[in-house]
Amino acid sequence: MLEKMKNFTQDVVTLLWKDLLAEFRTKEITISILVFALLTIVIFNFAFTPDPARVGLIAPGVLWVAFSFSGVLGLNRTFVIEKERGGLQGLVLCPVEREALFLGKAAGTFIFMCIMEMIILPVFSILLNLPVFMPGLLAIAFLSNIGFVAMGTLFSAIAVNTRARDFMLPLLFFPAIIPLLVFAVKGSSMVISGEPWSDVMGWLWKIAAFDVVYLVVSTLVFEFVLEE
Amino acid sequence: MRSFNLNAVLWSVTTILIMVALYLVFAWVPTEATMGIVQRIFYFHVPSAWVAFLSFFVVFVSSILYLAKRNIKWDTLAYCSAEIGVVFTSLALISGAIWAKPTWLSWFPWEDPRLTTTLVLWLIYVGYLLVRNYSTTYQAPRFAAVIGIAGFLDVPIIYLSVIWWRSAHPIVFRPSSDAGIAPSMLLTLMVSLVAFTMLYVVLMRLVLSIRRAELEVEELKTRIQD
Amino acid sequence: MALNPDGDRRSPLDYAVKVEGLTKFYGPLRVLRGLNLELKRGEFLVIFGANGSGKSTLTRILSTLSRPSSGRVFVEGLDLEKQAQQIRQRIGVLLHNSLLYNELSVYENLKFYGRMFHVPDLQERIKETVAQVGMESRLRQRVGTLSHGMQKRVSIARALLHDPGLLLFDEPETGLDFDALRALMGIIREPSGRKRSAIITTHNIEQGFEWASHIAILDKGQIQFMKDKKEIDASSFLNTYQSVVC
Repeated sequence: MLEKMKNFTQDVVTLLWKDLLAEFRTKEITISILVFALLTIVIFNFAFTPDPARVGLIAPGVLWVAFSFSGVLGLNRTFVIEKERGGLQGLVLCPVEREALFLGKAAGTFIFMCIMEMIILPVFSILLNLPVFMPGLLAIAFLSNIGFVAMGTLFSAIAVNTRARDFMLPLLFFPAIIPLLVFAVKGSSMVISGEPWSDVMGWLWKIAAFDVVYLVVSTLVFEFVLEE
Repeated sequence: MRSFNLNAVLWSVTTILIMVALYLVFAWVPTEATMGIVQRIFYFHVPSAWVAFLSFFVVFVSSILYLAKRNIKWDTLAYCSAEIGVVFTSLALISGAIWAKPTWLSWFPWEDPRLTTTLVLWLIYVGYLLVRNYSTTYQAPRFAAVIGIAGFLDVPIIYLSVIWWRSAHPIVFRPSSDAGIAPSMLLTLMVSLVAFTMLYVVLMRLVLSIRRAELEVEELKTRIQD
Repeated sequence: MALNPDGDRRSPLDYAVKVEGLTKFYGPLRVLRGLNLELKRGEFLVIFGANGSGKSTLTRILSTLSRPSSGRVFVEGLDLEKQAQQIRQRIGVLLHNSLLYNELSVYENLKFYGRMFHVPDLQERIKETVAQVGMESRLRQRVGTLSHGMQKRVSIARALLHDPGLLLFDEPETGLDFDALRALMGIIREPSGRKRSAIITTHNIEQGFEWASHIAILDKGQIQFMKDKKEIDASSFLNTYQSVVC
């Protein structure tokens, strides 16, 4: 039993290592999601010219739209790179649990999103003239990423197999991720307006609950998406 | 011969129920005190929403059964229920908006968790149907089943999130379906609910038989090619 | 322990591959119809068949990529339906896709797959297989920069890394240059300690005849013909092939 768990973890780590290594060579995913998040924030600033009084109101929304849109871009790339060289077949042929394949892929996207957020948050604060150091936002972002990639990896694996792979993912994913967005935005707005951490914790718990539900569900049904 | 009779029976019962419901809604039930005549839409809106959620529940269960048993009949059931579900969800949204505008002065009160959840449900349904359309015939049932399961499980979470989202602004206007409803209104609502459910059943039977015929044609086509 | 189907005296364990009544539907399209196949250990079966006859489908099912619609499949004595994971450990698969990652070097690709396949003494194994396919000089080169034939050779190394008992090669001659073809033949003919078996689907009758110990023809979703190569007269085979297929 312990042996199986050891193998399982090793398999997840191997897959993660492969994705990180490939990304390190090309920097394709991290750069594109970084730039896209930045662009989204900039565009929003032109679309809604915020005066200092109102900035706090729209800031959380802008931030999370930027994270979601660029996150979807990252999720898309996760499986497109596999599809190109029949990589998905290569993975399916490995004698590893389908759940390990899922977690390995999700972990990769999770890390890319965390990197993107760590860079974008200070930039976001500077552009919107907010306090630069807001670790609460980072905490919310990291925790939300878990649910985001849990659901997103599953939908992305489906979307990449359809004819309209570019718009299929946002179409499927955005309605379903709404609760997570709501929790993240509410929590973020509390952090930005300086509310007590105990209140923010309430939202963190809700995010964590969402994370758990979708980690479990997606891991369980993922194998059905991998068949041919 | 037997199934022909069953169809006739079902259609007649449904038609009668609908006529009774129409009479009750437009002629019999008293006008609601605060909201006026427009409140009568409630008797269409609530049953539409009920059927919408019922359809999606059927999609959910059939999807699980399909992945477990791999029998195409479960996928057929899911597909048909999803198609009908989209229609009823649209009806629920439209009737909801028509009711909301004069009542709460807004076409779409986002604070109302029911209406908002129904909108997201509509989007998920549409996603379900699009996935089917954009996948190969072979993969569509599997992918759709996954969406049917993941999507349905999301619905209660979405509902809760909408409630928590607007908790700063308490929901002042609640649809009067839960507290202190007059018995005549309750009766009308119940009849309407049953009528709509029967409508769902007969429409399902119709769409199922069409879908089965479609599948049979496909199979015959490929057999001819051999 | 493998089950004993249909009271057959020989258990599936004796066979490298045992297929009974394999049927595969893609939607309404029936690609394989009640296909039966038996391959003993140490045998090299080459399957010929026209395009669309179901060769790739058969390979995909045997390699656990695809599920049968009905029928029973045993690979290396293991039941495909229940023990797919263990089967994957025992088979080496070569497909049209290279299954390699372009941004990674030959070495990194093999290291990745070697780890996923839990290959012991991985470094040694990588050196061995890379030498077998003649790619030692390119070990650190990015796969994306290699020619098609070289990529195919690396794919072969990938398939052999975990020392599988059964090789499943789907049209291996496509995209192969002369060197790679020679390497492939060397590997197939290579005597190994334990009996290695292979099922190779191909279009190339000449090559197929060289590689095979047994020959089969797949047509209309079934094995229409299967014989030991020694019993076949090579020159008349072409006629047989055309009569069966057309």
